[in-house]
Amino acid sequence: MTALPPFQSLLDDHAADVMAVLRGAVGRADAEDCFQETFLAALRAYPRLDDDRNLRGWLLTIAHRKAIDHHRANGRRPLPVAEPEELGGVTAEPELDEGLWALVGGLPPKQRAAVALRYACDLPHAEIAAALGCSPEAARRSLHEGMKRLRSEFGGERRKEPA
Amino acid sequence: MKRSLERLSERAAAEGLLDVAYATVDSPFGPLLVATTPRGLVKLSLPNYDAGEALEELAARISPRVLEAPARLDDARRQLDAYFDGRLREFELPLDWRLSRGFRLRAARAIHRIPYGRTRSYTDIARSAGNERAVRAAGTACGANPIPIVVPCHRVLRSGGALGGYGGGLPMKEALLKMEGVLPEGE
Repeated sequence: MTALPPFQSLLDDHAADVMAVLRGAVGRADAEDCFQETFLAALRAYPRLDDDRNLRGWLLTIAHRKAIDHHRANGRRPLPVAEPEELGGVTAEPELDEGLWALVGGLPPKQRAAVALRYACDLPHAEIAAALGCSPEAARRSLHEGMKRLRSEFGGERRKEPA
Repeated sequence: MKRSLERLSERAAAEGLLDVAYATVDSPFGPLLVATTPRGLVKLSLPNYDAGEALEELAARISPRVLEAPARLDDARRQLDAYFDGRLREFELPLDWRLSRGFRLRAARAIHRIPYGRTRSYTDIARSAGNERAVRAAGTACGANPIPIVVPCHRVLRSGGALGGYGGGLPMKEALLKMEGVLPEGE
């Protein structure tokens, strides 16, 4: 068994992405608290972690759970979403503009997380599944449902715009 | 982000999750890596060593909960600054000896007792560590000293007065001994 790297290297490599995902998931105002909870939980569990091949996915899983805890504690409501250019070190799909991100914030939690992880963090299906704690098939379905809903809602938004 | 990370290391410390805190401290010889556990200073890595490797060793031997937390090392930084300025002769820092065991631990404790501006021979250290004939092992113990400067292995010389070796390089050993007045200043 190889030794785990110093925890600081996880912060150096992934803290900015975790913060970006949390801003997308719970909004800028609450992201800081979730960020602290995420990394404290990660620190608590870290020495017992037996697979260090996907530390980024592991951290995003914890972040996702903390975001869900946060929503449960606050009741569900439409959420502010980070603007794509704030996402540190990750490239958002260019066609996902600001209005669309606002709609992402209105999706049910699993769909919202799947869409954010796919397009904000550029994660493949298998990693989204790991982050959501579900099968790759279920992750694909959440992503598909989320995207379908976005397409219809975004189309609706477009049609509402004055000609 | 910087503020978030500072807050994280403070909260981690408060919750007992900060097993190894480290910082980089400037010195006349280059940057030193210093690391502490809740028990005390556990590691000081000299400028010619790879800091990344030192951190990996701490993660493997003590705990992977290793965080950069300069505030936890303010006291060590102040004392090291004062020492290099010639304003401090005796470090008052709690030490965590866990990286040394057996003969090396006994040797390290003997080295730690050498006063400022004085020297001992490798044979003296071997004798203090319980085996007068283990002179070579005493030399190895000096080389393996996890907390140089604070545990002053630069004050250990050959019996004839020759410098012997130093992990940080002989020029550094010589400079420290000059600063402490053991060797004459100048070439």
